[in-house]
Amino acid sequence: MAELKHTPLNQKHREANAKLVDFSGWEMPIHYGSQIEEHNIVRTDAGMFDVSHMLPVDIKGEGVRDFLKKLVANNVDKLQHTGKALYSCMLHEGGGVVDDLIIYFMNESWFRLVVNAGCADKDIAWMEVQRNKYAPDLEIKPLRELAMIAVQGPKAAEKLWQALPGSEPLTRPIKPFNAVLIGQMFVARTGYTGEDGFEIMLPATAAPFFWQALLDAGVKPCGLGARDTLRLEAGMNLYGQDMTETTTPLESGLAWTVDLKSERDFIGKDSLLRLPVSRQLVGLLLLDKGVLRAHQHVLTQEGEGEITSGSFSPTLNASIALARIPVGVDLGDEVEVEIRDKRLKARVVKYPFVRNGKALV
Amino acid sequence: MSIPADLKYTKSHEWVRLEADGSVAVGITHHAQDLLGDMVFVENPTVGRKLAKGEECAVVESVKAASDVYAPIAGEVVATNEAVEASPEGINQDAYGAWMFKLKPDNAADLNGLLDAAAYQAHVESESH
Repeated sequence: MAELKHTPLNQKHREANAKLVDFSGWEMPIHYGSQIEEHNIVRTDAGMFDVSHMLPVDIKGEGVRDFLKKLVANNVDKLQHTGKALYSCMLHEGGGVVDDLIIYFMNESWFRLVVNAGCADKDIAWMEVQRNKYAPDLEIKPLRELAMIAVQGPKAAEKLWQALPGSEPLTRPIKPFNAVLIGQMFVARTGYTGEDGFEIMLPATAAPFFWQALLDAGVKPCGLGARDTLRLEAGMNLYGQDMTETTTPLESGLAWTVDLKSERDFIGKDSLLRLPVSRQLVGLLLLDKGVLRAHQHVLTQEGEGEITSGSFSPTLNASIALARIPVGVDLGDEVEVEIRDKRLKARVVKYPFVRNGKALV
Repeated sequence: MSIPADLKYTKSHEWVRLEADGSVAVGITHHAQDLLGDMVFVENPTVGRKLAKGEECAVVESVKAASDVYAPIAGEVVATNEAVEASPEGINQDAYGAWMFKLKPDNAADLNGLLDAAAYQAHVESESH
């Protein structure tokens, strides 16, 4: 097996007795003792995640906007002021998802993208192929020297200001899904938890100091385990599970991120317009006792489906899942899930399941 | 955490305690709960079920994953611990206190075939290298 890659915060995780696991080739903390405690801290206070394995990519040069209008399914014309962020899928010609990403508008010759760790090499290769075809003069620059820390929770802002004295006037005005560049720090009001918070990119060398300052301000380190249950409660898709190269955004509850109205011709658009949508992504709440998990079969009156992400929800104290099932099954309907030798009852519910600390189901 | 000397163990990380009435209590070890993380669900066998040695008979699920529990010896299920089913986190808090089910052994001598604390310790160490 190849040597696992380390983020600039690996030593900090070891000092905190993190349980480290292989995540897409990176040695990352799954938890620092209790995944449920970390989950609850983010819902009620403030926690932080090392997400330096994710890759920021700058695309620079004349005509970046036009290139992105071709490259991604959402419409970057929604980005009109500096720092504004947009969530989008990047599709292949068949309409399947190459990756999901966040795009920040900096200026007309500079957009910043953030892509998933497990897809980074594939994404860069894909973008380069498209660049060579549509906009050969653009520069695609992976920023592997940047670390990224997500500070999340209702007290994230307050504790960030404590950790970075003087930063409040600069970061308080940042609206959700916006970012500002403060010196060498890129501070975005984004996240993957359903809570307020920031995702902060900064030079790798500065990351351990910043992490320590956040620790000193009372921000608790949280692992990828809690990150997964938090995002599931928040109803956010995970690439590789809830959407893949063989599913379209329209089958993943992501129609809102696909712009099919404008004249714009993006990669994968033809397929999306042509392919019938026979499956939908729904939320499930388990009514019987047990735990929903990815790949369990779902039996509905319209046919079979499959759980794409499932877990125990610490906030709801129940098991929840995202599942891809046939269209025609409605919210409120009961379905059955095969778990080992049993068929357990679950209800189709709207997601997100939890937002800003409040249960929604 | 030290491994209690008065219990017996399996390579699949169950612990076994001989009770005064001749039944044996079964749980999962501290090491097993540490690997699995926060427990959220326990499914026990039904009382009266007859188990063969090594048979899959119960499931523990943590936030992270589901894991099978195997019958350490042959016997009949005579009791299940409802407190642990209601509060699976009890296994994280006190793995050796949180028994899951009790068996009436087909043959009490089968206990002698299980690992003692030292042998289990060696087994855990061999797995972590």
